[in-house]
Amino acid sequence: MREPTNFNTKRMKFDQMRRTGVNYLVSGLAILSTIVVIAPLLAILGYLIYKGTSSLNLAFFTQIPKPVGEDGGGMANSIVGSGVVLALASLMGVPIGIAAGVYLAEFGRGKALATAVRFTADVLNGVPSIVMGIAIYSLIVMQQKHFSAFAGGVALAIMMVPTITRTTEEMLATVPHAIREAALGLGVPKWRTAISVSLRTASPGIITGCMLAFARVAGETAPLLFTAFGNQYWSVNLNQPIAALPLQIYIYATGPYDEWHRLAWAGALVLIVLIMVSVTLVRVFANRGQLKGGS
Amino acid sequence: MTPNSELNSPEPTPVPRVLSVPVPAASKIESALSPEMPPSAIRLFLANRGSGRIADRAFAGLMLVCACSIFAIVIFIATILLLRSKLSLAQFGFKFFTSQSWDPVSGDFGALPFIFGTLATSFLALLMAVPLALGVAVFLTELCPKFLRAPISFLTELLAAIPSVVYGLWAVFVLVPLMRDSLGPFLVKTLGWTGFFEGANFGVGLLTASIILAIMILPIISSLTRDIMNAVPNSQREAVLALGATRWEMIRVGVLRNSRIGIVGAVMLGLGRALGETMAVTMVIGNHADISKSLFAPGYTLASVIANEFSEATGDMYLSALIEIGLALFLVTIVVNTIARLLVWAVTRGAPARVA
Repeated sequence: MREPTNFNTKRMKFDQMRRTGVNYLVSGLAILSTIVVIAPLLAILGYLIYKGTSSLNLAFFTQIPKPVGEDGGGMANSIVGSGVVLALASLMGVPIGIAAGVYLAEFGRGKALATAVRFTADVLNGVPSIVMGIAIYSLIVMQQKHFSAFAGGVALAIMMVPTITRTTEEMLATVPHAIREAALGLGVPKWRTAISVSLRTASPGIITGCMLAFARVAGETAPLLFTAFGNQYWSVNLNQPIAALPLQIYIYATGPYDEWHRLAWAGALVLIVLIMVSVTLVRVFANRGQLKGGS
Repeated sequence: MTPNSELNSPEPTPVPRVLSVPVPAASKIESALSPEMPPSAIRLFLANRGSGRIADRAFAGLMLVCACSIFAIVIFIATILLLRSKLSLAQFGFKFFTSQSWDPVSGDFGALPFIFGTLATSFLALLMAVPLALGVAVFLTELCPKFLRAPISFLTELLAAIPSVVYGLWAVFVLVPLMRDSLGPFLVKTLGWTGFFEGANFGVGLLTASIILAIMILPIISSLTRDIMNAVPNSQREAVLALGATRWEMIRVGVLRNSRIGIVGAVMLGLGRALGETMAVTMVIGNHADISKSLFAPGYTLASVIANEFSEATGDMYLSALIEIGLALFLVTIVVNTIARLLVWAVTRGAPARVA
């Protein structure tokens, strides 16, 4: 075959330079966008720490809000109230979520119903939290004719269920089949295998999945706006409105008083620290297991 | 061994005895045990236990009920929202979504300003977030040195963990003054000719809400895109590199082209999150039900109007109109999320998706 001798070498050199240039440009843009993304995070956290630590003192954790115009006061009732509502939500949401995850992993493998449940759980994760709030309002608060901590707990529980279901299923799927088969071969009934063998093996991962869901709903405000409603006084009564930390931060942040703003920053710092600790723990355990739940 | 011809004969060949262990017949076990020694505790336990069929079925049924609770939750939310908004649906019908007036005093409710506000902020947020998220995803999967990968991906996921109120708090005290004092005048100076930056700039408005929304949906889009890009097999990348491509060309042709569908799905998931975001948007959007061309103008979104006016809604029609807005929000996000998850599943083959 005759060798081609009419290469346009100038054009080729130019093309090569152009391609290399574009390559460097895009690499630079990618690095730039990473910096642009990390910068607000560090800005938010830094500003939060700066504004919040100056207002954190013992009074913050032990006192209820003082009347406007008086200095001091704290958000103790919000922290306790948040704890109560989250405990209620976990009590209701975690068993149902784990049970659904056990069904998906142990009993439903390959069935169409399991695929449908998995898909619906993913879709339910994307429903706005305020819609859950007004649905629970219509169901519970309108019947009872008063706001309550119980309604807030239910609203947060139905937000936890899809997340816990998916992470439980993922963690149970990592349990090797050999272990299950060994138990079944020894004559252990299927239900006992699921509880004592599969769940026990996957329990670190399942616990971290629950922590993930917990961290997610700990910061939710919108479902509590019309269910738990907030409370300015000490109250742990499940049948009455109860204060919650994110709720109180919202009320204080949108209020006109400087004292309130100061308390809002401190409350936000406490909330962020709690959530960051949970997320970091999840990350630490995730590197040991195979949990792929984001957030 | 017997010769071949004997294998076809009808008579069976004798089994070669290696060990001469007598194999007792099954019926001999009980007679071997009963008179001489009592059965052991384990044997008694196993014999008395039964097959456990009922317990198995009951347990499986209980797990099934809990799994179906997910369906029950969705159906329950849809039903109750439909029931409580019947009043408003009967009164306004489809005009609800095309009428501009939101007048609680006279009882005339129209959701068009909120739909505009929601769509405008969401699409603006997508416009800002998608290029950045793609850039981060490309950086983390292809360009990042291995030791930096874990910390940076941890940081981007930390962005997703920050609660909405904290974003709103930061936006009110940092972003709004920034917009009012520096960013706003800068935009007017450079892009004022486009006509999108007219009017008074108080810091709160559509643009500020879009910026904070963009920051909030970034981690979702970027982490999903990273998953999708990691799902592309390495053979694709190697093939493109073998043909002499630069690194960017390898990413463009080998990875991004294969993950187009999944990236669209990830973007739609970010859109779904942006449509329903309440707290941060409520704090910085200005809460004024109006449609305007200027990005500095205050607006109102579907979720914000519910958050602001729900607990003070007097009258059944007001409440019913707000619940109808909630129903519309629910249906729209369900549709967007379903399409998005289908697209993402198609690319990642139903592997466990990120719960975001």
